[in-house]
Amino acid sequence: MSANVYIAGLGVISGIGNNVSEHLAAFEKGKAGMADITWLKTRYAHEIPAAEVKQTNAQLAGKAGMDAGLSRTALLSMIAAREALADADISNFHSLRSGFVSANTVGGMDKTEDFFAEFMNDNASGDLQQVVNHECGSVTELVANELGIKDQVTTISTACSSSANAIFYAARLIKNGFLDVAIAGGVDSLTRFTLNGFNTLMILDRHFCKPFDENRQGLNLGEGAGYVVLVSEQVAQLLNKQPYARLSGYQNSNDAYHQTASSPEGTGPYLAMKGALKKSGLKPEDIDYINLHGTGTANNDQSEGTAVKRLFGPRYPKMSSTKSFTGHTLGASGGIEAVFSVLAVKHGIIYPNLRFETPMADMPFRPVKEFLKGQTVNHVLSNSFGFGGNCTSLIFSKV
Amino acid sequence: MKVYIRSAVSISAQNTFGNAPFLKDIIEYTSPRLKAIEPDYKSYIDARLIRRMSRIIRMGVAAAKESLTEAGVAMPDAIVTGTAYGCLEDTGIFLSRMIEQEEEALSPTAFIQSTHNTVGAQIALMLQCHQYNNTFVHKGFSFESALQDAIMLLQEQEATNVLTGAADELTDASYAVLNRFNLYKKEPVSNLSLYQSASPGTIAGEGTAFFVLSDQPGRHDLGVLTGLQTFYRHSGPTEVSERITTFLASNDLNAEDIDLVITGKNGDLDTDELIDQWYNPLFKPQQQINYKHLSGEYPTASSFALWLAARIIKTKAIPALVKAKTLTQSTKTVLIVNQYQNKYYSLMLLSAI
Repeated sequence: MSANVYIAGLGVISGIGNNVSEHLAAFEKGKAGMADITWLKTRYAHEIPAAEVKQTNAQLAGKAGMDAGLSRTALLSMIAAREALADADISNFHSLRSGFVSANTVGGMDKTEDFFAEFMNDNASGDLQQVVNHECGSVTELVANELGIKDQVTTISTACSSSANAIFYAARLIKNGFLDVAIAGGVDSLTRFTLNGFNTLMILDRHFCKPFDENRQGLNLGEGAGYVVLVSEQVAQLLNKQPYARLSGYQNSNDAYHQTASSPEGTGPYLAMKGALKKSGLKPEDIDYINLHGTGTANNDQSEGTAVKRLFGPRYPKMSSTKSFTGHTLGASGGIEAVFSVLAVKHGIIYPNLRFETPMADMPFRPVKEFLKGQTVNHVLSNSFGFGGNCTSLIFSKV
Repeated sequence: MKVYIRSAVSISAQNTFGNAPFLKDIIEYTSPRLKAIEPDYKSYIDARLIRRMSRIIRMGVAAAKESLTEAGVAMPDAIVTGTAYGCLEDTGIFLSRMIEQEEEALSPTAFIQSTHNTVGAQIALMLQCHQYNNTFVHKGFSFESALQDAIMLLQEQEATNVLTGAADELTDASYAVLNRFNLYKKEPVSNLSLYQSASPGTIAGEGTAFFVLSDQPGRHDLGVLTGLQTFYRHSGPTEVSERITTFLASNDLNAEDIDLVITGKNGDLDTDELIDQWYNPLFKPQQQINYKHLSGEYPTASSFALWLAARIIKTKAIPALVKAKTLTQSTKTVLIVNQYQNKYYSLMLLSAI
């Protein structure tokens, strides 16, 4: 049993970089990852921008040390998970009880959609290798097998809050004494399935997204993976370095309003943030930075903003949506943004909310517009909300 | 560990839902694909919603609601769901239209309902339940992960009543694909003689089971869940046997203390042979029953096994499952040893109240 759970390692890949240091550089330069869709084959390539990881599957496979025929989801997951584990630098890793708790929403859909085109014409055709890893859990398993982890391996899929839930589920496995160390987070690759799905909902901005701006027009999709290495108190003491931060609070609440839309009162977001604060024993004024879910859709930002107003007003912490850099990486976003939140605590930095111009009419706060260094960042709140009303907030605190 | 099973509800290829007498008339199937028997949903779901929902959503929501009713719980403290494949029907609809219509003029409905957390989300929406809501999607451990989460929530005192369960559906497309992986029998087979079929492959199934679990004893509990463990991959029957022995020992039990063992036999020649190899040295033949001839094989079939175990331990009766056996009032302990594709093993231990 471990009362506290610490973050000992970080790994991330997204449209703005292939590892942690490239992400920090992109943030400092204010360089967004969105562009014309280049790697995904879609009729919307020049119409809808997205933040793709700027690598072919073959290049990713080389980095991951995996077969290039595997789902892009598995390749992205492997690269970030391995970076996180190497970063944690746990010398006796293989003698510890280890877990891999990952999350995704698409699984091997990038391959399935190629398979399905042939399969639809003749259900005896189509290369079975393209669907053998269709399931979300298969993607997790491919990576767990490579990493040699088998004590606790599982997958969570709660839409865009998936990997935030994976992180705190893994933390609970450590707290309950099942594990000493866990790699936790999530991944999603860009697929035609999700691109078209979000397009039918008419929430994709044709330009680069403007989260929390009065004139926001929707979200940009992204892809990537983000993982943290969580360790027990005992393991933290044996590390070769100081842990980055502590996971001090978490809460999963449901909006219970609509399958895809968020409630105007921001009920789910409010309960998630409030519950996470309660668990951490912190007050709203203790939070130094909120990494907003901030998708850039009219509905999310209004709902999340209202919840922030209810909980934090009139004294607002600094806040921003890093989706203005990475796009919305769906099942990966909670993991990717957990990495950003932990880095904010570690380095005393705050990320800019790119392209923000006009405050939302009824919101008495403004997101941060510049990259800020040398800040006092003791506690960061990270929000991840999704379809199905699934709302999760995590709090990372300085150690 | 003591987790009280307040209710257990199943929709399966057998008449398991509602007031049906406990597996009184076993339905025979002669094709290797068993379809879940859908109940009349009218008393569970708004008629307008029923039409819009795919089968997995309808089944899951109805079983969840009935499970709450049986438990006498209006509002659970958490909803935790497992599904290996998720909402395949809606996924297939959106995927095929996207391909046929070359990414144009698509309707969002199937996409919206295709996300893996739809069943859990729809339950929350209908109940207006703002509490913890999670969905696990880990192949043959999807249900076990949900169960583990539910147990932890109770132990952490985050919840008193947790609604947990699993749902998986089989579609024409998924059956066709899985059949090409040679998972199912190629010849007609009666599910009633599944374990005598002596051929490769199993029979496909689908279904849902939901439970209300509590950390406190109640007046009408079905039984107590006293242990859960999973292990992924094994080196052979010796390891399986050792893991079972260790699991039982950690619960202060040995093999002779178990009144009934529910195994994951599924009619596949190799699978069943391997099960015999660890089963025979450890347990007696009269301790054993199997269930996959009733439910068919699917990644969350272990939820059917838990439903079955809970019902058996409550009623002290084994319905015509295995003719030679009857249980007595002294039946106290049931062990489920499930396997899926010989890679995902789970152990669940139940005690009578």
